[in-house]
Amino acid sequence: MRRWWLLTITLAFSGPVAFAGLSFGQDIRLEAAKKEGKVVWYSSLAVPSTEKIAKMFEAAYPGIKVEAHRTGSQRVLQRVMQELQANIKNADIVHTSDAGHFVLLKEKNLLMKYTPAGVEKFPSGFKDKDGYYYGLRASLSAIAFNPKVISPTEAPKTWKDLLDPKWRGKLVTAHPGYSGFITTHILALVNQYGWDYFKQLAQNKLMLVQSANDPAQVVASGERPIAVNGAEYFFYQTQKKGNPIQIVYPKEGVPLVVSPTAITSFAPHPNAAKLFTDFTFTREVQQVLADSEGLYTGHPEVRYPEDKPKLGDLKLLQVDPEELEKRNQEIKDRFVEFFGA
Amino acid sequence: MADRLQVFPSRLEGMDRSAPVWVMAALALALLILLPLGWLAYVSVSSEGSLTLAHYRKVFMDPRLQKALWNTVILAFWVGLASLAIGVPMAWLSARTNLPGKRLIRGLMMASFVTPPFLGAFAWVMLAGPNAGFLNKLYRNLTGAEEPLVNIFSMSGLIFVVAIYTFPYVFIMIANTLDLIASDLEEAASILGAGRLQVALTITIPMVAPAILSGFILAVLQALALFGSPAILALPAGFHTITTQIWALFHYPPKTEMAAAFSIPLLLATALLLLLQKKLLGRRGYASVGGKGGQRREIPLGFWRYPALLGCLAVMACSIFLPYGILAKAALSRAWAQPMTWENFTLANFWFTFFEYSSTRLAIVNTLELGIMTACVGAGLVALLAYITNRKIIPGHQILGFLALAPVVIPGVVLAVGLFIAYTRPPLLLYGTLGILFVAYLTKEMPVGYSQSDATFRGIHPELEEAGRILGAGRLRVLREITAPLALSGIIATWCFIFIGVIRELSASIILFTPNTKVMSVVIFDLKEEGQFGAIAVLGLFMLAVTFAIVVLMQSLLGRDFLGAKE
Repeated sequence: MRRWWLLTITLAFSGPVAFAGLSFGQDIRLEAAKKEGKVVWYSSLAVPSTEKIAKMFEAAYPGIKVEAHRTGSQRVLQRVMQELQANIKNADIVHTSDAGHFVLLKEKNLLMKYTPAGVEKFPSGFKDKDGYYYGLRASLSAIAFNPKVISPTEAPKTWKDLLDPKWRGKLVTAHPGYSGFITTHILALVNQYGWDYFKQLAQNKLMLVQSANDPAQVVASGERPIAVNGAEYFFYQTQKKGNPIQIVYPKEGVPLVVSPTAITSFAPHPNAAKLFTDFTFTREVQQVLADSEGLYTGHPEVRYPEDKPKLGDLKLLQVDPEELEKRNQEIKDRFVEFFGA
Repeated sequence: MADRLQVFPSRLEGMDRSAPVWVMAALALALLILLPLGWLAYVSVSSEGSLTLAHYRKVFMDPRLQKALWNTVILAFWVGLASLAIGVPMAWLSARTNLPGKRLIRGLMMASFVTPPFLGAFAWVMLAGPNAGFLNKLYRNLTGAEEPLVNIFSMSGLIFVVAIYTFPYVFIMIANTLDLIASDLEEAASILGAGRLQVALTITIPMVAPAILSGFILAVLQALALFGSPAILALPAGFHTITTQIWALFHYPPKTEMAAAFSIPLLLATALLLLLQKKLLGRRGYASVGGKGGQRREIPLGFWRYPALLGCLAVMACSIFLPYGILAKAALSRAWAQPMTWENFTLANFWFTFFEYSSTRLAIVNTLELGIMTACVGAGLVALLAYITNRKIIPGHQILGFLALAPVVIPGVVLAVGLFIAYTRPPLLLYGTLGILFVAYLTKEMPVGYSQSDATFRGIHPELEEAGRILGAGRLRVLREITAPLALSGIIATWCFIFIGVIRELSASIILFTPNTKVMSVVIFDLKEEGQFGAIAVLGLFMLAVTFAIVVLMQSLLGRDFLGAKE
């Protein structure tokens, strides 16, 4: 009787731990993670979403701080590599939207082999065959326009529509030198239409911004009424806040960007990193990503908002991480060649 | 002990005292300048252990880098001219005429002087973006025009924004020179029948010609070294300047050797320009500029008094009123481009910036820590140097003065590239610590701080100290009881100068920061890249608030403003 009572109390106080599973091994890890006290997360997820997940984790595991550092995918990689060059071992978890980064990091033995709990049910596109990195979230790279400026009937419907000279001076693009999202987007479209497409697109004098999240703000403000790419989840969030923005999912295919996460081989807080990684792959957190952030995930039980298109209804364009890694420099160089900076 | 020091120290004692100073100075010099620049030069000509000019060839053959170089030349030249066009008339008006509201103009000038240029550039994105910009919308509504009034994402837009934060340098230079020139020549011309404008153009302006040229060079130097404004305005338009290109060369995979090879020409250009400026100022071909004395009479502007004031205020509107206003609006609204209605009003940006965005606190703590550390060490160091050079305490003191001024030729980005190369390898692994930023800031602020301190000690006549010595006090006691109290307010002013310089620094920080050593300017730039306008506005206003608090503190301590005008 007394023991049941004790168990109830324990459960009440460690409620969040419950969904991570109450096995003995988990307890040891939790203790070790608490001793480490924090986890350092280099993330390319939009600032508000990154901070939200960090706060959720801190609420679930009091005593373990999340030190979140958000910047663009390519900057995340630059940070990690620059720090290693100076022998600084800071990052526990690396999360970017450029799957090629993980091929590179794995090759350089900078990743820890770790399979987060529950990912076995995820589709294969979310899993590294060697077990080093897993897709934490996915989103589409879509077209978006401002319906106050461009009427929906007139708005571009396909990628090729964007080449029409009538859009000269009206388009905005994000930058592959900053955003892994855009690196992926460009490779997907190059595989479809070749570099000629981007060469022609550049004739329309695009405004260049850095992050794949920035076009949403540019379109909503009306500075440029059409975004030729950008993170669909951020377009969606911007729309939900009441801004004038409509998303177009071209029928010829929409690039699907799966953003992997991995623990580094040099992680200074390995236990906290594992705990955090497991936490982010739980159904609860993945559901939050879908609900309030407008993301897609690999979790089979996650339900999506009614106003989001079903991935099964779209033609998805996917790229091979190996190819992305191999052609990374080419993508950045050609972009600068065509667009100027 | 102090009492036993002789009034006239023997040669040997002089040597004894100078030895530690020289050792310290040499060490500081090596760490702050020689090591980073040495590495920079070495990396730019080395390839896997052997010497080569390949990097330079690559830099100068690459059409994209050539274009960046050319863009920088255009930018710097026009910023120089534009700064003169705004700065010279305003300086003349406020130094020579009966312009109303001179104190107000000076105050605003100081505000524009301390406004971080990258904040100004960001504000102008919201003011003059061709479609969503506030001014362009207003213009379209008023005229029904299709085309925007101004496109800030262009070379001319960039020149404009850089110029409105650079012309105060010209203003200060010219206004201070005009203050030194007696007006008897001008009066003579008036008596002989010349009109006001004719006097200004044929007498006054030629007399300050060296100052004008040197103001031009100063403005050009500022424009050459700037990183934030081109990054915010030129990159969206698809062009680079040298500084943004050097920064881009650091992106993964880093091309450090190319960045180094690209830095050297910029360094040479700034060094040459400064040499030129020194020549111009040193020539003193215009005998009228020499100490106080003579009468300075205000020229009556007559009818033009108020139009002139209006013109000055229009300029200040561009650099202060409009940008600050739009920053405040962006900080308080959900969507910065929508009208300021009740539905659009929110405090969420403040909440997000200070309570949700975890980088904010880290950056504020780091920035203040670095600001205080650099200002304390820097102010102490330059005070010591200025004291030594002014009182000629050790042989070769002129060299110390020169060294303290030397870093002025090093643009922030170039310094950062050098420091990065030098301190990411043993024995001194400073990269990743606040130490490397401290070194960068100390080096960068040294020239300004030294000039300030030098002026302070020049203002304290040695006769007071000599009197103390004659009455039997030792050098240290004189220093403690006479010199230090007299110099204190000046030293505090230097402290404030350095502090303000540090908290707005971006061009070196952007290359040297790591996630744990983020500073406010870097966080603002990071947010800019993601388009988080509300948070940038909030942090920007916070930065301005800190800056102005320091300025007010300094003014009340000194009883005069930044630019030398008495209250």
